Amino acid sequence: MALDPATARRVAKLARIGLNDQELETVRVQMGSILDWIGMLDEVDVENVPPMTGTEHVTLRQREDVVTDGGRAEDILSNAPDRAGAFFTVPKVVE
Amino acid sequence: MLTDLTITTAIDGLRRRDFSASELVSAHIGAAEALNPRLNAYITITSESAGAAARSADEALAKGDAPLLTGIPLGIKDLFCTAGIRTTAASRILSDFVPPYESTVTQKLLHAGGVFLGKTNLDEFAMGSGNLTSFFGTVESPWHRTGDATPLVPGGSSGGSAAAVAAHIAMGATGTDTGGSIRQPAAYCGIVGLKPTYGRCSRWGTIGFASSLDQAGPMTRSVEDAAIMLGAMAGFDPRDSTSSEQPVPDFRAAVNRSVKGLRVGIPKEYRSEGLSEEMQAVWEKGIQWLKDAGCEVSDVSLPHTEYGLATYYIIAPAECSSNLARYDGVRFGLRVPGDSLDEMYEKTRHDGFGEEVRRRILMGTYVLSAGYYDAYYLKAQKIRTLICRDFINAFEEVDVLLTPTAPTTAFGINEKPDDPVQMYLNDIFTVPASMAGVPAMSVPAALNAEGLPLGLQLIGRHFDEETLIAAGSVLEKAAGFTARPDIHAGVAA
Repeated sequence: MALDPATARRVAKLARIGLNDQELETVRVQMGSILDWIGMLDEVDVENVPPMTGTEHVTLRQREDVVTDGGRAEDILSNAPDRAGAFFTVPKVVE
Repeated sequence: MLTDLTITTAIDGLRRRDFSASELVSAHIGAAEALNPRLNAYITITSESAGAAARSADEALAKGDAPLLTGIPLGIKDLFCTAGIRTTAASRILSDFVPPYESTVTQKLLHAGGVFLGKTNLDEFAMGSGNLTSFFGTVESPWHRTGDATPLVPGGSSGGSAAAVAAHIAMGATGTDTGGSIRQPAAYCGIVGLKPTYGRCSRWGTIGFASSLDQAGPMTRSVEDAAIMLGAMAGFDPRDSTSSEQPVPDFRAAVNRSVKGLRVGIPKEYRSEGLSEEMQAVWEKGIQWLKDAGCEVSDVSLPHTEYGLATYYIIAPAECSSNLARYDGVRFGLRVPGDSLDEMYEKTRHDGFGEEVRRRILMGTYVLSAGYYDAYYLKAQKIRTLICRDFINAFEEVDVLLTPTAPTTAFGINEKPDDPVQMYLNDIFTVPASMAGVPAMSVPAALNAEGLPLGLQLIGRHFDEETLIAAGSVLEKAAGFTARPDIHAGVAA
């Protein structure tokens, strides 16, 4: 299934990956060939088959709603590419 | 030489005081530093901290209350967060990331006394089958075709771990397996690789790729070593919501368990066209070895096998696109400045991720996007149910499955196919077990005519790694695989 350029650009935008025109074209063609290959799944009958959303042998558990960790602001900020005091910084969002 | 030892023999040697942990660790560090410029198996070698850990190990051994892995030199795949030690996932985006915390699996290995030699190379974010996508460069396999210096891939994604163990510059190493990333490099490098049942080892602190598939496991030079390492790595962890509360058995005790009467299934769908003749012949040998040990061998059917890989290449990219959304240049990792927030995200993620990772994020974004979710992602999850049922049905009739690990031997670093789908076919025999969450192990079985290793894969029931270990030991003894790669500790690179 060929992917049209507009869809490819929309997907790149959704994924927040900046691509130049040439990179976008390469990935558009490659994704098309992967989608062609994935197309083989059309022949599988999945009528009345439930989706597997994890390994069925592990059921999600709940835990007590209590604080188990925290007070580690310095640890958390230690890898920040840019910070101001105890805050992460980002480019100006609101004019 | 101390680098010749296995974990099993070194455990005994350390307790007999035949040598000290410091001697053992320094022999491995020396060999790693000598060979790594060529192999590139390690991204980071932690000589100083390894030396200090070895001295503590010697003190514990002198007191006589040392845990089992005390002083054992291990490589850690650079996907496990290690407190204070740079952890990169082989990506530019994490190339300066120093975790303030320790992953559960590595914490357990430290508790067991393990000494970390360093962080091993991998495909970027564990996405690849050849170790060709690392930001820190390709890993060269220590193996070469006889009389041919062409550099070969070690397999992937745990290729640095596999190369390090095969070259005797780590006694054992951790790997992670999402679609075959422990088993395929183990097969290519002639070592043992065990992917446990999903949920057996905690995922906490392991950098996520596809969270419903990712599972840590050991890579070693013997089945008994794998059993020992797995025993140290496994166990319930409340910090991983999918971690299993199943008790951890004594895996090592399964090494000498009889396999008489064990029912072995041969999945007929694995006799596919891509299988090389020599791999086919080794598979037949493996069947005979198990028969000779008293196993009952029969054909079984896993009818949805052919859909495994295509299903995987919907589910894994979908989960990867979600997991990797966190790399945005704000809280940690690379930031490439931009005039707006979106521009900063887009530049950061373009420059920070390599081509394969970007492609998978985009594929995953596409299959999860409005209008396509049902056609791709939901459909793939349903087919995953069918694949899982195939295994559950087969295990009504047999106790374990025997298959090849990979269709061929390792390929050349410069023989990489241009078509990503061709590359994905390396994982055709390993992906189905990952999809079902069942445990599987690769055991080295033979060398091919060119002198390269071929591996056989055993697949077991959920939480029955012990049968893999018992049957794996039989294959190991029968195969008598003692070959070593031409590059290993003690020879010049």
